[in-house]
Amino acid sequence: MDGPNLFRSEQLSGWGRFPVERANLYRPERGAEVGRILTTAADPTYISRGLGRSYGDAALNREAGVISHVRLNRFLGFDANTGILECEAGLSFAEIIQVFLPRGYFLPVTPGTKYVTVGGAIASDVHGKNHHRDGTFGRFLVDFRLQIASGEVLVCSPEQNRDVFWATVGGMGLTGAILSARFRLVPVESAYVEADYQKAPDLDAALAAFAGSDEGYRYSMAWIDCLASGRSLGRSVLMRGNDAPRERVRAPDRDPLAPPAKRALSVPFDAPSALLNRFSIRAFNGLYYSSHRDATGRLVDFDSFFYPLDSVGHWNRLYGKRGFVQYQVAFPPQTAEGGLRALLERLSGTRRASFLAVLKRFGPANEGLLSFPFEGYTLALDLPGASGIEEFVRTLDDLVLRYGGRVYLAKDAVLSPESFAAMYPRAQEFVRIKRRLDPEGRISSSLARRIGLAG
Amino acid sequence: MNVGAPPVRPGKAGGVVLVLGATSGIMRAVAHELARHGHDLVLTGRDRAETETLAADLRIRYGVRTRARQLDALAFETHAREIEDCIDDAEGQLAGAVLGIGYLGEHARAQQDSLEARRIVDTNLTACITLLTPLANHLEANGRGFLCVLSSVAGDRGRQSNYVYGAAKAGLSAYLSGLRNRLHHSGVQVTTVLPGFVDTAMTYGKEGMFLVAPPERIARGIVRAVDRRRDVVYLPGFWRGIMLVIRSIPEALFKRLRL
Ligand SMILES: Cc1cc2nc3c(=O)[nH]c(=O)nc-3n(C[C@H](O)[C@H](O)[C@H](O)COP(=O)(O)OP(=O)(O)OC[C@H]3O[C@@H](n4cnc5c(N)ncnc54)[C@H](O)[C@@H]3O)c2cc1C
Ligand SMILES: NC(=O)c1ccc[n+]([C@@H]2O[C@H](COP(=O)([O-])OP(=O)(O)OC[C@H]3O[C@@H](n4cnc5c(N)ncnc54)[C@H](OP(=O)(O)O)[C@@H]3O)[C@@H](O)[C@H]2O)c1
Repeated sequence: MDGPNLFRSEQLSGWGRFPVERANLYRPERGAEVGRILTTAADPTYISRGLGRSYGDAALNREAGVISHVRLNRFLGFDANTGILECEAGLSFAEIIQVFLPRGYFLPVTPGTKYVTVGGAIASDVHGKNHHRDGTFGRFLVDFRLQIASGEVLVCSPEQNRDVFWATVGGMGLTGAILSARFRLVPVESAYVEADYQKAPDLDAALAAFAGSDEGYRYSMAWIDCLASGRSLGRSVLMRGNDAPRERVRAPDRDPLAPPAKRALSVPFDAPSALLNRFSIRAFNGLYYSSHRDATGRLVDFDSFFYPLDSVGHWNRLYGKRGFVQYQVAFPPQTAEGGLRALLERLSGTRRASFLAVLKRFGPANEGLLSFPFEGYTLALDLPGASGIEEFVRTLDDLVLRYGGRVYLAKDAVLSPESFAAMYPRAQEFVRIKRRLDPEGRISSSLARRIGLAG
Repeated sequence: MNVGAPPVRPGKAGGVVLVLGATSGIMRAVAHELARHGHDLVLTGRDRAETETLAADLRIRYGVRTRARQLDALAFETHAREIEDCIDDAEGQLAGAVLGIGYLGEHARAQQDSLEARRIVDTNLTACITLLTPLANHLEANGRGFLCVLSSVAGDRGRQSNYVYGAAKAGLSAYLSGLRNRLHHSGVQVTTVLPGFVDTAMTYGKEGMFLVAPPERIARGIVRAVDRRRDVVYLPGFWRGIMLVIRSIPEALFKRLRL
């Protein structure tokens, strides 16, 4: 048979469109082809790729093989008694919601975009607005099937192949290709969240609000103005809420599980880089803060609450051809305040502006060797890809390290091997497991080579 | 990705549709589109596990009933029997069939190796005829239903780069034209679909592809064509114009081109 092993040479990037690299993109149509691609070894190395919503080079493999899982997107089974869904790893969260929200189920954990695959969600061990309560996506996994470099398929769960399980959850695709997974969906009564909005005039107020009342909310995060300085440093709008019960969505013409359809906007081409400058961003941020009023119990549909950015397709083009760097860090509770303050001071003092930075409290870490979240606070922001961006981000990395923080690999494009090793103390355990599974180092990515995980 | 309208609830259906060659890139999308419209489906494919995976997926997504059957297009002698079983699976509710089995093959090899050439003709023409024969008779006896078959623009004119495939598809198009003529009198609609380049495993990574359409777009066109009882449709529609031009080039000139 011909066909399955064919690839297309393509320029690929992550969502930040930095860096852009050429790779051989394979697109298997059925699960069995993944093993054939891996074992044929026509390319020196391979990495799996989902919907490319990681920002940097996690799903890139310069001048080597990238295996797209997007056609491996089938629902395999659903058990209504337990809410356990089985599907191929290329299935997107958007499709899961489309099929299961009308039946009264939602994802247990979701990132800020629904255009991610189940495989990507496992490999990045994604967190959502409910991390302080529910932990990461990995916590809801029953098991998954992992195809390792030899072609062997391992069933991994917290009981079976336990070490491989915890190397793969958050392992950025470097243990092998996840073929399928089983995980729990959570029952919901409506497609809405009852949300409270609360302004915090500065960082102390924001952290106090999180610490004081977060436990009352399943979902919690804050938008933070990274450009505010002085007394307003860290001013934020907290957005927190809980799943709305059926009775709250009572309009006679409204199905509580079917939110109103929305019009989709899209950014059709690259914006001129000049459009987004420090003035326009500062103005936007100021407006965003001042236009928000405190409010409680507002009914917000799931799309607007969880995926505000998804309503603008290709919004990453707003940053123009040079792309941008997403920067997400986490600090432990003891140093969070100091670390965040130092970081915000550094940002508001430079000309590198950021839109809509997000601040959120994290609950405890799990056993994932490279899983990002740990107890404390996390801050995520965009930095336009102006010249000198890599050097600037490295200075941020140093600052983060000084406060005992770490950088999220799913968003990173710059981190050095030394900083990575210091931020992820269990990296050596990961490398030992990876070497055992993949002694010839056939699974690799641009990220892996950059941070010293190539094996 | 299939992020479109919410699934149609079962029960509104217009009968069972037989999907022959369900594992093809185009036919996967066709099966989605049919299930979204509420049809129950009988799917066939030569890869049993894969066909069953597709059947389970459609069941979960759209709440329709699906069945998977293994069928090898080159095992001609089994076809009458297999089609009979598929018809039985439909429990008297067969609305029609969509057939998308095909094999592009490697033309360079087919020029040297007549067995490769034969495989191309057998898959794209002979198999279609041996499968459609019992199906056509069944529908004719019922006095209703449809047959929708994927031929190709490649059958509109032979080109040096794929004329074996083109010959088989030309034969298929001619067969369908005759079958349509015959079945019209008993109320059975035969639709010939002529896709241009479509983004499936058949074309992925191959050279010389242009104006490549996503399979979902082709699938919507196919189901629309069935609904409207069309005879011959080019998909996307602009291929009709392109092929009109290509067919109108005089042979004396055409033979000098490198197409
Ligand atoms: C707007 C936006 C908001 C976001 N918000 C959040 C957030 O709130 N929380 C959060 O945690 N993340 C967030 N992210 C990041 C995103 O959730 C992760 O990067 C996720 O991994 C992307 O999934 P993907 O399918 O696009 O994977 P890709 O980006 O294609 O790949 C990401 C990683 O997963 C690996 N991978 C993908 N598929 C497989 C597979 N089948 N087998 C093995 N490895 C695989 C790749 O090798 C790569 O290392 C956000 C991203 C965007 C664009
Ligand atoms: N893609 C295009 O650009 C294009 C253009 C014009 C026309 N078409 C036609 O559209 C139809 C669908 O093609 P596609 O693009 O979806 O390609 P595809 O994905 O390669 O599908 C071809 C299908 O034919 C099946 N098949 C081949 N040999 C078989 C055999 N011996 N027994 C059973 N099944 C067999 C394949 O089964 P397996 O899955 O088991 O391999 C597969 O389901 C074909 O008739 C093709 O000729 C395609």
